[in-house]
Amino acid sequence: MSPGYTSEEMMVVTAARQLSSDDTCFVGIGTPSAACNLARLTHSPGITLIYESGTIGTRPDVLPLSIGDGELCETALTTVSVPEMFQYWLQAGRISIGFLGAAQIDRFANINTTVIGGYHRPEVRLPGGGGAPEIASFCEEIFVIMPHSPRAMVPEVDFVTSFGFGSGGSDRADLGLVTQGPTLVITDLCLMRPDPETKELTVASLHPGVDREQVRESTGWGVAFGADLGETPPPEQGELEVLRDLMERTAKAHAPGHGREGEGS
Amino acid sequence: MPAMTSLREAIATHVHDGDTVCMEGFTHLIPFAAGHEVIRQGRRDLTLIRMTPDLIYDQLIGAGCVARLVFSWGGNPGVGSLHRLRDAVENGWPRALEIEEHSHAAMANAYWAGAAGLPVALFRGYLGSDLPAVNESIRFLDDPFTGERLAAVPAIRPDVTVIHAQRADREGNVLIEGIVGVQKEAALAARRAVVVTVEEIVDDLRAPSHNSVILPSWSVDAIAEAPGGAAPSYAHGYYTRDNAFYTEWDAISRDRERFRQWLEDEVLGAPP
Repeated sequence: MSPGYTSEEMMVVTAARQLSSDDTCFVGIGTPSAACNLARLTHSPGITLIYESGTIGTRPDVLPLSIGDGELCETALTTVSVPEMFQYWLQAGRISIGFLGAAQIDRFANINTTVIGGYHRPEVRLPGGGGAPEIASFCEEIFVIMPHSPRAMVPEVDFVTSFGFGSGGSDRADLGLVTQGPTLVITDLCLMRPDPETKELTVASLHPGVDREQVRESTGWGVAFGADLGETPPPEQGELEVLRDLMERTAKAHAPGHGREGEGS
Repeated sequence: MPAMTSLREAIATHVHDGDTVCMEGFTHLIPFAAGHEVIRQGRRDLTLIRMTPDLIYDQLIGAGCVARLVFSWGGNPGVGSLHRLRDAVENGWPRALEIEEHSHAAMANAYWAGAAGLPVALFRGYLGSDLPAVNESIRFLDDPFTGERLAAVPAIRPDVTVIHAQRADREGNVLIEGIVGVQKEAALAARRAVVVTVEEIVDDLRAPSHNSVILPSWSVDAIAEAPGGAAPSYAHGYYTRDNAFYTEWDAISRDRERFRQWLEDEVLGAPP
């Protein structure tokens, strides 16, 4: 029987639930942006959303296609320059959560968004790091949201764009990093957290209808399951309605020939 | 006072073959009209610097103008890859492209250092990343006071910076509003010339606040009126981002022949 929601909706709702009104969140474009705005529109109206284009405390009505859509600026508390964003707000440690997507992540939560294959002769050239290398270092915690697949969840990334836990253990602290790093990975199958000692990503809960075998087959390393493995609570109807409205408004706003009324002049 | 001139004249005077050029604008106010003029004038062997190459550099790369690219995020925002950039990196088409790849924090700091007249930018960055292993412009220095290990990158000092702004007054003062990105820093970092295209040239700049972002006339070399000059990106207060075109670009740019036809129809055969 179909559960009445998609695995993508499950992933976004679960991600949104990890946030609270007290958070100051550096938001990546795409699924992270959907999760952060869903949180703001449901249980966390006070959350401060920050996009690297310089917009602080933004409250967009539709999800931006780019990191610098005009609506982010129009609905923000303030918009600062990009150097100020990276120097005063990110580098100085004023942001509690960095919410990132990833093309590839490894068992120690290192993220690759640069190349698949070798750097100089890549099989696939990906967009690159953008803000992520320093977001991963200087936000207090990092949440990663990405669909689960063996190609994306690998034993070792081809290229470390953004550092997670290196080879595990105390690698992060040894580099002089005082932030917690990736504390949570949310996929369409499960929630993963780093083991407190080894820092290897370990399954903390399975989404409804997902079994261990499915996660094993979709993970590129011999993934471990937490001792107190539970089931992730399913989305509630209210959350799904808000999310679907948001996605529908967004699709309409970005469709050809459907310029939004009231923007610009 | 800057020369108040045509876009054609501004580019012909200030952008030369082999130059290092910044055309900045963080998603907003991207100087597309100026970029297209550079393509029409057939500039070659350029080193282009931009945090997000975006469609503007995808087009310049596909048109064969670029020898070297300095950047920090090379995607089509919210859509996917920049296919002309990828074709140049993966297959050397239409010519080999050398890349120097950074993070946003590094480039933002490097622009800031350039504007401040410093030779180097120091910041916390690149910890644990593989980028320093593939980019020799990324080094580390120990702070002489605390011993903290800091990342160091050279200041960005382009020959020419080209930006688009909302408006200029007849004296040549320039107003930038909305998402202001790194344009002020990029302009002040230029060694030889700053070229600004604007939506309109007006009697009164109508600066909305005492703290508005303004480039004084004596920091600018040429101003050309180019209404719509940031499209398909946008000019806050004038027109919105053409998100549908950004989506459509994926198909146009994926295929070399379709790209060439687009370039012929929309740029080479369409003077300003």
